[in-house]
Amino acid sequence: MSVDKKKYDHISSENIADFKDEEVAVFKTPKGLNEEIVREISQIKNEPEWMLEYRLKSLKCFLEKPMPTWGVDLSDMDFDEYTYYLRPSDTTTDKWEEVPETIKNTFDKLGIPEAEQKFLAGASAQYESEVVYHNMLEEVREKGVIFLDIDSGLREHPDIFKKYFDTVIPYSDNKFSALNGAVWSGGSFIYVPPGVTLEKPLQSYFRINSERMAQFERTLIIVDEGSHIHYVEGCTAPSYSKDSLHAGVVEIVVGKNASCRYTTIQNWSKNIYNLVTQRAKVDEGGSMEWVDGNIGSKVTMKYPACILAGEGARGSVTTIAVGDKGQIIDSGAKMIHLAPNTSSQIISKSIARNGGHADYRGLVRHGKKAYNAKSKVECDTLILDRQSSSNTVPANIMSNNDSTIEHEATVSKVSEEQLFYLMSRGLTEKEATEMIVMGFIEPFSRELPMEYAVELNQLLKLDMTDSVG
Amino acid sequence: MSVLKIKDLHVSVGDKEILKGVNLTINTGEVHALLGPNGNGKSTLLSAIMGHPAYSVTKGSITLDDEDVLAMSVDERSRKGLFLGMQYPQSIPGVTNSDFLKAAINARREEPIRLFQFIKKLDKAIDELEMNEDLAHRYLNEGFSGGEKKRNEILQMKLLEPKFALLDEIDSGLDVDALRIVSESINNMRNDDLGMVIVSHYDRLYENIRPTHVHILVDGQIVVDGGYELIKKVNEEGFEWVKELGVTFKEEEKKIAPMSLGSCGAKVTRDE
Repeated sequence: MSVDKKKYDHISSENIADFKDEEVAVFKTPKGLNEEIVREISQIKNEPEWMLEYRLKSLKCFLEKPMPTWGVDLSDMDFDEYTYYLRPSDTTTDKWEEVPETIKNTFDKLGIPEAEQKFLAGASAQYESEVVYHNMLEEVREKGVIFLDIDSGLREHPDIFKKYFDTVIPYSDNKFSALNGAVWSGGSFIYVPPGVTLEKPLQSYFRINSERMAQFERTLIIVDEGSHIHYVEGCTAPSYSKDSLHAGVVEIVVGKNASCRYTTIQNWSKNIYNLVTQRAKVDEGGSMEWVDGNIGSKVTMKYPACILAGEGARGSVTTIAVGDKGQIIDSGAKMIHLAPNTSSQIISKSIARNGGHADYRGLVRHGKKAYNAKSKVECDTLILDRQSSSNTVPANIMSNNDSTIEHEATVSKVSEEQLFYLMSRGLTEKEATEMIVMGFIEPFSRELPMEYAVELNQLLKLDMTDSVG
Repeated sequence: MSVLKIKDLHVSVGDKEILKGVNLTINTGEVHALLGPNGNGKSTLLSAIMGHPAYSVTKGSITLDDEDVLAMSVDERSRKGLFLGMQYPQSIPGVTNSDFLKAAINARREEPIRLFQFIKKLDKAIDELEMNEDLAHRYLNEGFSGGEKKRNEILQMKLLEPKFALLDEIDSGLDVDALRIVSESINNMRNDDLGMVIVSHYDRLYENIRPTHVHILVDGQIVVDGGYELIKKVNEEGFEWVKELGVTFKEEEKKIAPMSLGSCGAKVTRDE
């Protein structure tokens, strides 16, 4: 596959996340959060009564739950300063021509139509809070796969929706899943009927484009028995002066002998709190793979999880975290083994540079019934200068006598010898450092579709010249 | 014709002076051999010419066609036509040989090399050096045997076409066949536009390559200059006779292998 390099070249010298178009909001709620606002959101969306009740229940839970006391200090967050709902245009559309021009411009600068044309199975681009563009290839429709924005999912497939919603991540799971339960808006709804394999990945782009606006995307993916899909979600957000909040919830149900791969690279601007709950429940013989990149945001707390509930279920998390100046990326993975012969693998690559922090926090738990379970954890860290730091906080818990957990960890810096070697072949110090960093995250980037790998490349090619220690 | 000129070169590592006034002039078309007991400064000289940051030049000059090499960064030196075939080539995990080679070739070109042309060039070089075809797709020197690493150095030299190649113990770790292949390959590259400085402990390489100039480096200075006959003499008599010329030898110090930082006890990556 050839990649139109020009598309990327013209933005490579600028921060890709700094493009921002005129706000085109049609409706938004006032700042702050209360019952009235939650009722209003539900009313605008014309939701069934049970969803309104669910939102109110979640709101109550959110208000009651204390802030988490572990991980990153979140005491600077002011929940009254955020806008909890905003919608850019009235209807979602199926045709690229109908997408508003300003939105197209933004996508253009980000090279998104490129991705769309090349190998999209269906692009569901979330602009602000609503899905404005939705395209599905015939293949997807013909196979009976439902790929909708989540509001349409609720409206058009209430039975499937109700059956699975909140089953993997209950609203009461944590303070931010409760917040999401109260004000969720936008996201994807995917149902794959039994025995369907999609060759091409389903894709969705997310974008926050309004000051002090919070985005609470909710995604629900159900892969039924014997089906296989790859879902790709990408986020790039423009920079703003006020802090912003993203508290998404991604729930995935992987049926018997089914497989799901969920790929995402988040590049929120450097003022966003990115507090996301992602979890998959995997049935007998099923497989869940999270490919999770964290480059942007001010603070990220995100630990994709697999609950391996059926015998022989497999889970894998491949993750990178890049902590740059002013950033704290606290990410990792959770693997909960509840059944015999389950296996899991975690590969984590962290890079800390220009005084940033990138921490790995992970949990592997082998329950009482998880006989012959196997887990492998590998976390590697590359620290580019003396000002940056990284911690590895793994927890491995075994509750039976018949399973194994392997854990490996390395910390390294870009060595003078490696730099000298590459520079002695004509590469500048910057090129040489980039090459070493790209090599370091290669186990992650090789899992990405080509276009995402190219974009990741661009995103990481910020000036690293000063950050060589 | 190009000239690499080293004048009164003094080089220190930390507080310790290793080179104490080296003078050497190399013209393209010539092949110079650098002999001398271990720890007397041969590798230091080659590394200092390339600009290794651990070595600081305290006095003297290096010029390439009257341009001040010491004022250039390492990568500039490379682009100007200097090449160092290293004793311990680094491995770079996650970076394929082919990506690396392409980047290195493009670093000295205005227009990036066409993919087809690159593949052709690379395949030819791999073939000549009788290397494995999967080389292009393997990570740079990662998991390479000692011999593979050395051949990979020569492969790079072939593709980068330097004006001056500095080969530091390029034959160590090679078996007889590999040595033949490497020296044939070096001989094939010999021409009026390439100058070489070779450091080796074995006369086999020199027998195959037949240097045009030979120097003996002792305690940071070149004490004897001559032709190929010097190699024979050293081969038969060692370096003891040099002492009679009034030169004091420097005892070799123990080398400590470089090691990267590791934590959590487990996987510590180490090169050699």
